[in-house]
Amino acid sequence: MKKVSLEVNGKKVSKEVPDHTVLSVFLREVLNLTGTHVGCDTSQCGACVVHVDGKSIKSCTALAADIEGSKVTTIEGLVSNGKMHPMQEAFKKQHGLQCGFCTPGMVMSAIDLLNHKKNPSDKEIRDWLEGNICRCTGYQNIVAAVKEAASKM
Amino acid sequence: MKTFNYHSTKDVKEATKLASSSSAFLAGGMTTLPSMKLGLASYKDIIDIKRIKKLSGIKASGKSVTIGSTTKHVEVANSKEVKKAIPSLAALAEGIGDPQVRNRGTIGGSIANNDPSADYPSACIALNATIHTNNRKISADKFFTGMFETSLKKGELIEAIEFQIPEKSCYQKYPNPASRYAIVGVYVAKHKSDVNVAVTGAKSCVYNEKSIASALLKNFSSSSLDNVKISSSGMNSDIHASADYRANMVKIFAKKAVDAC
Repeated sequence: MKKVSLEVNGKKVSKEVPDHTVLSVFLREVLNLTGTHVGCDTSQCGACVVHVDGKSIKSCTALAADIEGSKVTTIEGLVSNGKMHPMQEAFKKQHGLQCGFCTPGMVMSAIDLLNHKKNPSDKEIRDWLEGNICRCTGYQNIVAAVKEAASKM
Repeated sequence: MKTFNYHSTKDVKEATKLASSSSAFLAGGMTTLPSMKLGLASYKDIIDIKRIKKLSGIKASGKSVTIGSTTKHVEVANSKEVKKAIPSLAALAEGIGDPQVRNRGTIGGSIANNDPSADYPSACIALNATIHTNNRKISADKFFTGMFETSLKKGELIEAIEFQIPEKSCYQKYPNPASRYAIVGVYVAKHKSDVNVAVTGAKSCVYNEKSIASALLKNFSSSSLDNVKISSSGMNSDIHASADYRANMVKIFAKKAVDAC
């Protein structure tokens, strides 16, 4: 067992977990933050993307023990004062989701893109979302949503 | 995933002391963790080397660029030193996997794993790299010994990879549309007195395509490859591409690389 201390969505947490616990399991099963989804569980699909110290990573492929001491932001951490994040608003407005399973990862990944590049082109958005797979194939509206959010962030 | 004991170490001595026949070093974990989840690998001890400060960072001199083994792909892709000295190496790093993989995956992990379709092994061969471990230096042409095999001994740890700065170079790959691993990737590098044409994705292990390299040594232009024939013998054949197709792509991507040098 390992004691893992992290800051998740601005709150300090400290839990004892088995050494092989991955971050996605730590978030979902230990902290009950089920907004982070697990699709493929082998770092292909991107449904589990969260931010660790400001960078997007796939939480299914990082050990919780190895994230020790970091600041983690999940989809639950985006809402402020009951208001959706501009990226979430844009996904809603542009119908950037159908079943919604991939959406938490898409949103987290897209925010990381805009942190790097303020006004990305369609190609840059598509290249960046390389690691996020939408099984409903709603990519057209996802790109439109990221562009809309870029104009507001 | 089967359970293990997780160790986070702060220096190389401590890390190598913990190593045993049933341990693995963990850097980015981009291959190690999925392999363990799929039951393809299991270890008693996982030794995390990411907190060993001396293993991360990039240094450039007049002749070479040295990259610490736990340096992430994103750091190589964005490095001013790498972009200036060997722009093709920064471009290669930018094309690995996806942004999240580049935020975690490391150069040392990539070459230690020696996936037959990985990008970095081709850079090591093309750029006459020297692999610095905790107890010796290994030249790239002796490092990659077979599919997922290297000359690293159990418990030996890669500390840094030193790349020779070429006169000109370019890496071109035909990426698998799903994984971005190379179906075929060709890294052409022209040095002062030799030319290397490192090919990844085509065979069970990265190799130097000597027939193309010797044609380019005589005349460094894509037209000099018109009459070079690449045999499909020993080439991979799978659902993505047949051996003949890969053989053809080796030449096409070598030409592309030369034209873009």
